[in-house]
Amino acid sequence: MSNFTLIGATLADGSKANIAVKDGLIVSIGTETSGDSIDASGLVALPGFVDLHTHLREPGFEQSETVKTGSQAAAKGGYTAVHAMANTHPVADTAGVVEQVKALGDEAGYVQVQPIGAVTVGLDGKQLAELGAMADSKAQVRVFSDDGKCVHDPLLMRRALSYVKNFGGVIAQHAQEPRLTENSQMHEGAVSTELGLAGWPAVAEESIIARDVLLAEAAGSRIHICHLSTAGSVEIVRWAKARGIKVTAEVTPHHLLLTDELARSYDPVFKVNPPLRTQKDVTALREALIDGTIDIVATDHAPHPDESKDCEWNAAAFGMLGLETAASIAQSVLIDSGLSNWARFVEVMSSAPAAISGIPGQGRPLAVGEPANIALIDQSAKRVIHGGGASKSDNQPYEGMTLPGAVVHTIFRGAFTVRDGKLVERG
Amino acid sequence: MKHLLSAGDLSLEQAVAILDTAIQMEQVNKREIKKLPTLRGKTVVNLFFEDSTRTRTSFEVAAKRLSADVINFTAKGSSVSKGESLKDTAQTLEAMGADGVIIRHPASGAAHTLATSGWIEGSIVNAGDGTHEHPTQALLDAYTIRQKLRDNAIGSDLAGLKVAIVGDIAHSRVARSNLQLLKTLGAEVYLVAPATLLPGGLAAQAKGHYYSLDKAISEIEFDAIMMLRVQSERMTASFFPSEREYARIWGLNGERLARLRPKTIVMHPGPMNRGLEIDAKAADSKNSVILAQVANGVSVRMAVLYHLLAGGSEIE
Repeated sequence: MSNFTLIGATLADGSKANIAVKDGLIVSIGTETSGDSIDASGLVALPGFVDLHTHLREPGFEQSETVKTGSQAAAKGGYTAVHAMANTHPVADTAGVVEQVKALGDEAGYVQVQPIGAVTVGLDGKQLAELGAMADSKAQVRVFSDDGKCVHDPLLMRRALSYVKNFGGVIAQHAQEPRLTENSQMHEGAVSTELGLAGWPAVAEESIIARDVLLAEAAGSRIHICHLSTAGSVEIVRWAKARGIKVTAEVTPHHLLLTDELARSYDPVFKVNPPLRTQKDVTALREALIDGTIDIVATDHAPHPDESKDCEWNAAAFGMLGLETAASIAQSVLIDSGLSNWARFVEVMSSAPAAISGIPGQGRPLAVGEPANIALIDQSAKRVIHGGGASKSDNQPYEGMTLPGAVVHTIFRGAFTVRDGKLVERG
Repeated sequence: MKHLLSAGDLSLEQAVAILDTAIQMEQVNKREIKKLPTLRGKTVVNLFFEDSTRTRTSFEVAAKRLSADVINFTAKGSSVSKGESLKDTAQTLEAMGADGVIIRHPASGAAHTLATSGWIEGSIVNAGDGTHEHPTQALLDAYTIRQKLRDNAIGSDLAGLKVAIVGDIAHSRVARSNLQLLKTLGAEVYLVAPATLLPGGLAAQAKGHYYSLDKAISEIEFDAIMMLRVQSERMTASFFPSEREYARIWGLNGERLARLRPKTIVMHPGPMNRGLEIDAKAADSKNSVILAQVANGVSVRMAVLYHLLAGGSEIE
């Protein structure tokens, strides 16, 4: 079906229109129709979502996720592009690996898979990876991150921030001071001391962010902060932006909703890095997402197999699923709260992440001539979350919770990847 | 009561009931034939992922005196390094028909996970999980305090007694369990430690806290003072500058002992680092009840197993 019209969709500004799609592009928005008619009344049509922080696990950890299953989960979540983190095996620290990941994404065909390159060889924090080679490869890498590990050596970080200016790249920092977080299991606070789980103090994140915004300022470079999780981090980013430093920041859906109190169950599905923080942090992160201090929502979708989660807390892996629930949580924070609007939703879920990455053809407005990357959501739906969805893993932190909103259709380059909430066979 | 996972799970009534049962068990332990048929035909597994000869032996003696069949399952090292997961171990024990599992594990929450995961049906007793809890140690400490400081022990709580817990509060499962149980029993608990080893979350739950042992002793007339073992791994992690400085400022020595009330009891969960957190004068003084703690451990653990596994049958 290369030619169809979405009839009566609601746009982000609240107006209703028909959206006609032909050969991968939006050909009209208004009253016209062409091709097959698809009823979109009651659905909000938004630019396809862009995730700047996804763990697709392939190559190396195919028991957790593959590029295909992760792409399918992304499509079900309304995404048309994801950025695949570099902590695979082998690490995505060469042109060969990033091109492989991109090729797997193209083959799966559910979303645009944009690889992120490692900053250092093997994520080891010792020597810069060949960032230029990855930038020049077919994968056209522009975002570099050692995510899962912090680039903690200040000299190496300074060089990396400066070096990516050669090709307009950005370093996405996983802010975690390693010495302050040795063996850390959860947020350091009253709950961790009660549970006897080793603490991950807020200052371990905040001290790195403070250092790195100053390094970025000195280098005249851009810096992106991954999964900001504390109220203190928000204050530092707010200060840095006021000072004119080119910093962007992301927050995960789980840090917008869940708190460290959940660790009382000792259920490792709630073990994540950075850890779930306190209600005070959740409140600060929500405010910062609304006021623009935090630029985007990024999932940090981190699938793990049962054997890594059905065990004692200390033995469990860090991470939780996120692709199929992110839009619901963003809706809850921005729309259902009455505190923001769909225009802001589009920024945090689509246009701003695309702009940070520079990924072509994504995060574009719904307008004539633009690529037809569209998510249609039923704002009034209520979903009881159960299981891992399309992901290969089941580490679902929202199990049993009722979340608002549902992705009904996802359209990627003019073709349905999800229709009526179900995956469409691709490839 | 099916499991004993946390000292905080016990109500005042449950805690007093266990302590009262332990008095009856103590009488059994003084008989020529130290044995009850209560748990005949029941299988109790000692599942120890950490070395602890003292605690394991104490539980083993307790279970055997109640006529249970006891299996010692010692898996040294963590499940991760061993290759076999806690889940597989638990399911193996389940397949063998364990009625009760006594678990010691280096991971905080391991006993909780065993009890709530659905891997195993039997009763779980937490014999120490990481830096979280060690509820039977707290029960035997409470038992010892009551035995030494209450004229009529049966049925009584610890209301009004002032207890100091001194040392590595941050990493101590003994401190966490005692803090909760002693509070439940009505005691006033004070924590004394260097600031590096005294997390605010725990200090807030205590009646008071001190960074100086001398100041604590001078301001509060303690009925009991409980010294915690300093683990060797703390000594190289900059929690305090040196063993000598720790001993000087937070150790219980003969000189400090002399400043306590004559009736103040001195406790230690063992094994002691003599000369570090406690010196020989204090450990071997007439105030010391350290050996009574060991003896009471068997009676208290018999009482716990009785309450969890005997299903309310009469003690002969």
